Amino acid sequence: MAPPEAAPLAGRRKRKRRGAARGGAGGGMAAALLLLLLLLAAGPGPGRADAGQERRDALREELLLSPLPTGDVAATFQFRTRWDADLQRGSVSHYRLFPKALGRLVAALGVRELHLALTQGFWRTRYWGQPPLQAPAGAELWVWFQPTVTDVDKAWKELSNILSGIFCASLNFIDSTNTVIPTASFKPLGLANGTDHHLLRYAVLPREVVCTENLTPWKKLLPCGSKAGLAVLLKAERLFHSSYHSQAVHIRPICRDASCLAMSWELRQTLTVVFDFFSSGQGKKDWSLFKMFSRTLTDTCPLASQSKVYVDISPKTKEKELLEVSPPPTSVHEAVVQGDKKTYAVYDLLSPSLFNTSRSLNVQLKWKRPQDSSEMPIPTLHAQRYVAGYGLQTGEICTLIYNTHPYRAFPVILLETVPWYLRLYVHTLTIITKGKENKPSYIHYQPAQDRRRPHLLEMLIQLPANSVTKITIQFERALLKWTEYPPDPNHGFYVGSSVLSALVPSVTAMKDMDVEQSPLFTSLFPSSDGSSYFVRLYTEPLLVNLPTPDFSMPYNVICLTCTVVAVCYGSFYNLLTRTFHVEEPSRGGLAKRLANVIRKFRGVPPL
Amino acid sequence: MLPLLAPRTYLSENAMGSTMVGEGSDLGPRALALARDFGEHRRREGGIPVSWLSHTMFQLGLEVHSQPFARTLPFPDEAHERYLVRGTNVFGVLRAPRAASTEALLLLVPCCEGGKNEQAVGLLLALAGYCRGQIYWAKDLIFLVTEHDLLGTQAWLEGYHGVNLTAMQSGPFPGRAGAIQAALALELSSDVLTSVDVAVEGLDGQLPNLDLLNLFQSFCHKNGLLCTLQGKLPPPEGPSGPGYAQSLRTLGLMVLGQAGGAPGGPHGLFLRFRIEALTLRGINSFRQHKFDLGALGRTLEGMFRKLNNLLERLHQSYFLYLLPSLARFVSIGSYAPALGLLLLVLALRALELWMRLSRSEEGEGEPPVGEARGGLLYLVPPILISVGAGAALYLLPVRGQAVATQHFPVGEAEAVVLALIGIYVAGMALPHSTHRALSGGGQRGWMTLKLLALLALALLLTCLALLNFSLGFLLGVTLVPPAAAVRPGGNRLPLALLLVLTTPGLSLFMAVLLERELLEAPAGLGEAWQRFLGALGQGLLQEHLHGAHLSPLLCLGAYPCWLLLWNVLFWK
Repeated sequence: MAPPEAAPLAGRRKRKRRGAARGGAGGGMAAALLLLLLLLAAGPGPGRADAGQERRDALREELLLSPLPTGDVAATFQFRTRWDADLQRGSVSHYRLFPKALGRLVAALGVRELHLALTQGFWRTRYWGQPPLQAPAGAELWVWFQPTVTDVDKAWKELSNILSGIFCASLNFIDSTNTVIPTASFKPLGLANGTDHHLLRYAVLPREVVCTENLTPWKKLLPCGSKAGLAVLLKAERLFHSSYHSQAVHIRPICRDASCLAMSWELRQTLTVVFDFFSSGQGKKDWSLFKMFSRTLTDTCPLASQSKVYVDISPKTKEKELLEVSPPPTSVHEAVVQGDKKTYAVYDLLSPSLFNTSRSLNVQLKWKRPQDSSEMPIPTLHAQRYVAGYGLQTGEICTLIYNTHPYRAFPVILLETVPWYLRLYVHTLTIITKGKENKPSYIHYQPAQDRRRPHLLEMLIQLPANSVTKITIQFERALLKWTEYPPDPNHGFYVGSSVLSALVPSVTAMKDMDVEQSPLFTSLFPSSDGSSYFVRLYTEPLLVNLPTPDFSMPYNVICLTCTVVAVCYGSFYNLLTRTFHVEEPSRGGLAKRLANVIRKFRGVPPL
Repeated sequence: MLPLLAPRTYLSENAMGSTMVGEGSDLGPRALALARDFGEHRRREGGIPVSWLSHTMFQLGLEVHSQPFARTLPFPDEAHERYLVRGTNVFGVLRAPRAASTEALLLLVPCCEGGKNEQAVGLLLALAGYCRGQIYWAKDLIFLVTEHDLLGTQAWLEGYHGVNLTAMQSGPFPGRAGAIQAALALELSSDVLTSVDVAVEGLDGQLPNLDLLNLFQSFCHKNGLLCTLQGKLPPPEGPSGPGYAQSLRTLGLMVLGQAGGAPGGPHGLFLRFRIEALTLRGINSFRQHKFDLGALGRTLEGMFRKLNNLLERLHQSYFLYLLPSLARFVSIGSYAPALGLLLLVLALRALELWMRLSRSEEGEGEPPVGEARGGLLYLVPPILISVGAGAALYLLPVRGQAVATQHFPVGEAEAVVLALIGIYVAGMALPHSTHRALSGGGQRGWMTLKLLALLALALLLTCLALLNFSLGFLLGVTLVPPAAAVRPGGNRLPLALLLVLTTPGLSLFMAVLLERELLEAPAGLGEAWQRFLGALGQGLLQEHLHGAHLSPLLCLGAYPCWLLLWNVLFWK
């Protein structure tokens, strides 16, 4: 399953040698070239020094460490492989950094954009703030197909099955009952000519459990595997000893340069973990790379053209310099991310000075004085969702959306996908803001069909400044057929997260940045102008109990029925159909005749 | 005989049974220190110290929320001395790592007036601190401290589930944690304990799944706690007279408690929302062997850890059972036939009357003069009057309290209870006055009326038997014999006496006496009367505060049925 690129340096050299031998004209020529290449590869900065064909793909990796307002620490890894080749033409046969498994998938199934996220846990936006990339609990997959694809549903089915194999996830459970076609929420993130939403498919599996088996294939897609560079930190036993774990793969076409005359393909692999230092450190909130990952950084991935560690040291309150990082960073980067001015300490792993003093890099952060912040910054947009009501007949899905911006109103698109076995009553849909009804300016509702497709509700709602909007819709719980219940039916049934997409007005003005030069975590979502930034937010998944029969009942019924049939029906049938007649004494068989002969001798009457 | 009727309890849930958990906490000293702090702050603030609790919970690493609520009672509650109630519930949520807040477990401590439950709050905080350091949680844990015990719990549950069942006013509900799978309520007022009493009966006689009780019992065994049910020690092992008597007393107390329909503790309100719940009460009596809070803390920790392992809601074991002791139960299959046979009496009586009625129709070709007139119209007045009396009994005491307090020198609560008794007794005089106004239907008249009364009673008791077995059983035992026997004419006095003795009101009085007897603290008539008056007031309040069904059932169901029988007795 591992693509050929996922091998350490030695392997790469061997492969390159092979490639050179194939490309060479004659024997002696080849030997000379080989020597040259070997010399080149042994030189400093091998990733950047490659010439010609190899220049066309590049790997940038970075790790963003950000202390969260609650004292937890979020670590976000981003690995970007960019390839200046056109995968769709089908002419590509030689893969270097870009994983072949995914590349061929994109080419074969006409995928234009692919976003897959596997998440264990729930990102608590209210307390942790906005993440660079959010994902719903469970598995999420959304794909834009090329306009050339004729049967999108078939390609979608095939794609989910292949991805299921690649990532060892239950993506093969994606079928028509949990796939929807959103009309407004999911726009292409990369280059796109048109946005005909019939080419889009979106599905969430909230019950999916993410574990090591999903992490290993994800790591194998990295050019250096987990042998060198930032990926050495990706050890499963630490990554899953955390409050939140989310890994994602994003593939999209992007502009090759500013003029945008040609297309490149970008693969972004991201992984976000939140470490809870409260439970492990007895209330001490100092942390280090070693404490988090039980490893330190020792070398760089030789294939990477950029390898950086960013530490968010922006002052949380007015007082500056609350925290202290060591060793001293190579540079300090200032940027406006999601409406906030942020300061990052940057460690460039490729700069030779970093590993000069010590053989390994262990970034440490110390709080100069203990945090006494019971008041936390509240993000501008956050949401909460729950099931109201009790009993097994009806219920109500309530979504609360908070806009805490002091003076700006902004619209938000809400996407709600509800399985068919919760029968939504659309006439009960109410949207209330500040005690008044709030009419959505756009509404798209597709009712469910039993056992075929889920409900899809998309709305564009204006959120007034400093307000809470409550959206409620009532539902009835369906009684399933008894074979349709999953194992553990009394656990309940999941309803996937609803998706909020919004352009949130920022407090600080953003200046235009060169997308190619800015850190990776800022550049997946396009920012339209300086005054607002894009936020996609997921609410909690819901667990709903449906009326569940007593499953020992069929067994009882079968036993009872069989007994009734056997005893009553059997004997009645016997009585009714039997004909009684007096049997004439016959001559009898051999035994009887024999017995009679003996009886005759004894002088008793024959039988 | 007993093993057959009341088998030993056993854990049915595999997720809790086979998995062993170790308990490592020693919370005793920490819990006591926190309890002292809490008590100090409460005395200083004169109520629940919201800010101290929030701050402490935040320091422990929980996500803290509070919910203010207010409630005006329909009439003053004399037992708890409250009328306008204002309070705040404080709760902290421990978010389970790598879980999406879809399931939760809950620990509840009601924080009531007068220095009670301080140690329980201390233990709750200590346990929260301990649990925060553990990594194995798969469900969120909610640590809730409610004010004004049941009122606060009701407000919190209504807020959490986004419904408004009673006239509770509460603020916005800030933090949720998905579907609550199980809840434990803790009441504890001393530093050391001799035993732990467990209460199971919930609102309207609902019971939690038997597995939750089994879980508690198994941990009591493991940690060497002495556990009691209904305040009764477990009966001695083996067949013995005293053992049976002890079991019978425990069973009797449970039946009375369940029939009353009042929640046996704060846990009782959870059952409506399908959250399995128990109340644990720490008891400190004059027994020699005492244990500290650490042992109870370990029990709670172990129970939460096992509940944390649950894959599904508790559903494997019995929901309908009676408990003669903590280790034995009577399943519905054993006790339901008894009530079924009782109800069969009513059905057979009704059938007999029906046959007699139809035979007299066929046999006497022409009805006697005076009976043909009006058809069944003569039945309308007694039925209307009985139902009307029931409705008056239900509505007037609470609605008319203002009028009563204006014209009579009584307080609101007294007015309500006295009006209740007055209307009840006045209803018994109705047959005489109605018969004076209307002439009856003769022989066929009373038979038809009795037939109707029997059918109504049978319907009522059958429904009750399904919803609240104990109530149905007690009403059946008292009402079925007179219902079967009652007839006009002849010597009315013994029948009248029997009917009066079995009227629901007097049955309630008898139940009060019997309960004191079973608790081995017999009450005199005067004390019983006081308790009876209190029970009437509380019964009415239960309906308004928690939506209990007992008072409407008795007023609109049992009382009119009884009045119909009373009418039959005095038929002319």
